[in-house]
Amino acid sequence: MKNIKYLILGIFFAIVLSKSQAISWYRFYEMFKFQSFHMFGIIGGAIVISMIFMQLFKHGVIKDIHGNKIVPTPKKKGFIRTIFGGTFFGLGWGISGACAGPIFVIFGFKLLPALILLSGALLGALIYGVLSKKLPN
Amino acid sequence: MDFIFQPWPYFIGGPLIAISLLLYFYFGQNFGTSTNFETICTIFGADKVSDYFKKDWKKQKFALMFVAGLIIGGFIASNFLIPNQTVDLNPKTVQELTDIGFVNVGNQYFPDEIFSVDTVFSIKGFLILLVSGLFIGFGTRYAGGCTSGHAITGLSSLQLPSLLAVIGFFIGGIIATWFVIPLLF
Repeated sequence: MKNIKYLILGIFFAIVLSKSQAISWYRFYEMFKFQSFHMFGIIGGAIVISMIFMQLFKHGVIKDIHGNKIVPTPKKKGFIRTIFGGTFFGLGWGISGACAGPIFVIFGFKLLPALILLSGALLGALIYGVLSKKLPN
Repeated sequence: MDFIFQPWPYFIGGPLIAISLLLYFYFGQNFGTSTNFETICTIFGADKVSDYFKKDWKKQKFALMFVAGLIIGGFIASNFLIPNQTVDLNPKTVQELTDIGFVNVGNQYFPDEIFSVDTVFSIKGFLILLVSGLFIGFGTRYAGGCTSGHAITGLSSLQLPSLLAVIGFFIGGIIATWFVIPLLF
């Protein structure tokens, strides 16, 4: 039951994304076409405010629920991995207008397309897992 | 109450996303969504195909609960909180999409040209979604994160790999919208 808070946070996050239109195919299309400020405002705003939170974590002003210092896990390094992996993700995101979180939110709007997107994503993760040792980093 | 039913502007959406990140970290975990693709693969038995998936998925239960919340939240939002799905688009965007054959541009969140039942049951429509999904799953795992993990968590904690990943996201997204979409439609 200690995980119930994540369920509630998920519901909250899905409502925020839905209400601010950050799951709409059109919003991502216009973002990649640089024809609107909306998504840049949302993502940019989230980053700037998160930067403040990160500073508060770093200086121990905000600690986690258990009183421990909050330290974000360092991301895996590697030029090829991040640029190429990122480009693959960007292609899928640009065409379908869905990034990882919204795929799950879209279930509530467009059930069948969401199911196909998720199946594809699982297949993609499976392919990555199988090839992971052979791919350049 | 009126505010609840109106579309929320970016200056409400952005901060509320940051607050979600704050709560996620406060609860004791790293904010991100795409690791769940891996976890679900493991649950479906992918550990028999590759050692990469030999992980204890029970440690990821919290993230799966978050995903369950995303699905529930999506249903709540679509059924009760968004009486009007009109997206207020730049007239230029509307014209461009109309020119390549999209109809009723911006009348709802998801265009029929990609998301309608008829489209989904056509070979082309099915493959567009499946292959996009495949790129999303493969790409997020290769890059080590998605919009929440890299763009928001990674950039705000000033991590170089995340900057590279976000540059990659935009290279892919620009290729997709400027070149692939006009080819597909």
